[in-house]
Amino acid sequence: MSTLIDDAARRLRANPGAMLAMILVLCIIALTLLGPWFSPNGSETLDWSHVASQPALQSAHWFGTDRLGRDLFVRTLEGTRVSLTVGLVASAVSLLVGISYGAVAGYLGGRTDHAMMRVIELLSGLPLIFFVILLTVLFGRSEYLLFLSIGAVGWLTMARIVRGQTLSIRHREFIEAAVASGAGTARIIAKHVVPNVIGPVIVYATLTVPQIIMFESFLSFLGLGIQEPHASLGTLIAEGAGEMEAAPWILLVPGGVLAVLLLALNIFGDGLRDALDVQES
Amino acid sequence: MLRYFLTRLAGAVPTLFVIVTLAFFLIRAAPGGPFDQEQTLPPEIMANLESSYGLDQPLLTQYGRYLGALVRGDFGPSFRYQDFSVTELIGQGFPVTLQLGSIALALALLLGVPIGTFAALHHQHAADYAAMSLAVVGIAIPSFVVLPFLGLMFGIYLRWLPVAGWEPGSLRHLTLPVVALALPPLSVIARLVRASMLEVLHSHYIRTAMAKGLPLHTVILRHALRPALLPVVSYLAPAVASIMTGSLVVESIAGLPGVGRYMVQGALNRDYTLVMGMVIIYSTLLISMGLIVDLLYAWLDPRVRLAR
Repeated sequence: MSTLIDDAARRLRANPGAMLAMILVLCIIALTLLGPWFSPNGSETLDWSHVASQPALQSAHWFGTDRLGRDLFVRTLEGTRVSLTVGLVASAVSLLVGISYGAVAGYLGGRTDHAMMRVIELLSGLPLIFFVILLTVLFGRSEYLLFLSIGAVGWLTMARIVRGQTLSIRHREFIEAAVASGAGTARIIAKHVVPNVIGPVIVYATLTVPQIIMFESFLSFLGLGIQEPHASLGTLIAEGAGEMEAAPWILLVPGGVLAVLLLALNIFGDGLRDALDVQES
Repeated sequence: MLRYFLTRLAGAVPTLFVIVTLAFFLIRAAPGGPFDQEQTLPPEIMANLESSYGLDQPLLTQYGRYLGALVRGDFGPSFRYQDFSVTELIGQGFPVTLQLGSIALALALLLGVPIGTFAALHHQHAADYAAMSLAVVGIAIPSFVVLPFLGLMFGIYLRWLPVAGWEPGSLRHLTLPVVALALPPLSVIARLVRASMLEVLHSHYIRTAMAKGLPLHTVILRHALRPALLPVVSYLAPAVASIMTGSLVVESIAGLPGVGRYMVQGALNRDYTLVMGMVIIYSTLLISMGLIVDLLYAWLDPRVRLAR
């Protein structure tokens, strides 16, 4: 097992693109945590003497300001932090639900498995995104609902992957040994099945994070996600798209950050998948 | 084949029924109603309004009536756009959305397949790396970032194309939105074709075809392309779903008079019938795409046909 991870780590290190992407993501995370400290501006302070002013290094507003005179550097960093948080939490939700569902279906097998997979099939046939839009529009804009509903879309594929992996290890000796020594079903699933299917799950999870960030930004762009005065990258991009002609930097700064972040996360996830040599589907 | 199609078609009806039912009760369960305004209406007027739209009936009766009208093809009146029926509203906007989406899908296929094939033929060479890097960009960056960036570039700085707006039949107004919508599925298709083409190119019958001395383009077009396209065919339904969701934002950024805005606006206004109409139209589109995919699959891959 350790050699497997060593091999994977070596392959990952040999992939300059993936390493660069990883460093970039870490830098962005560090910047969102530390960056606001270095700027003299607060994220909600309105600077009426600099409304929609251009980015300039010698002024206090390095990335310029928006229509209300709020500092774009700080606001973009805060927005990035919100987007990253939503991405991670919602991925964790989909991970948790997907792993439990998939492991239970795969381990129990038979009729239960059949029924549980039918449910997944049915759900993936539904236009889930429209239901998420409906949910967020209709039932207020609570952040918990946002996490739940975004996570709810992501868990289907995860459950399928975990089930497939579980099926392949279900009849292995160590599971039989656990059964023979009298371990209960719940314990076997938690202690023996899940730890052994985690590899491909991690790979898929790293690719889920950017998808979820994208989806959250999509909802926020439509005005359904994060609400004022808080902002995620999606809200900032929506603001910027409206000011495109007069003040393009209000669009370019958050848009650029989102593009770089998603790109880096995707490249890193792809690199990780290649390194662990996981087959998709 | 026909029997297979009919069973699949019969299977689609319950799915649609589940969607309609779920959406109906979900919308009704939400707080607020279609006639809520800044000023509260006098209770008598409210009661009159509600009774004229049948909202004073028990929920199950309303559901039954709605289903009954739906079976006759009647989506009901819109609650907010007075004097318009949902059928009229969707009928006006849908051609624009359909035009936008189908051009985007066609573009994604017409460029994605050759790019993927090209990359596979130049496996691990500069062309392959370039194509796949572009594909990552296309997959990673969402259309609501791409479109404003394109607008800034080609609309505001270069002044080649309009940033937003719509004239019937004008392709210039559709160009940027189509590109922004097509980019993600195009990238996925290029990736899929590259992967499956690589696999196919290593198979024995391709080696045989090459050994017979057939020219490369014949081998690709006659022998390799058909099996290599199978993953693309099964991706068609997700591609349509991605274009449909993308069109919600793209239409609003580009100011196109499609149906995209009715989804969010309708839900915000509690325009029950309009939202239902949108959900039904989009679900039907998605389900029929799934059907078409299954048929195409059976046509392309004889093994699928024989297995039944």
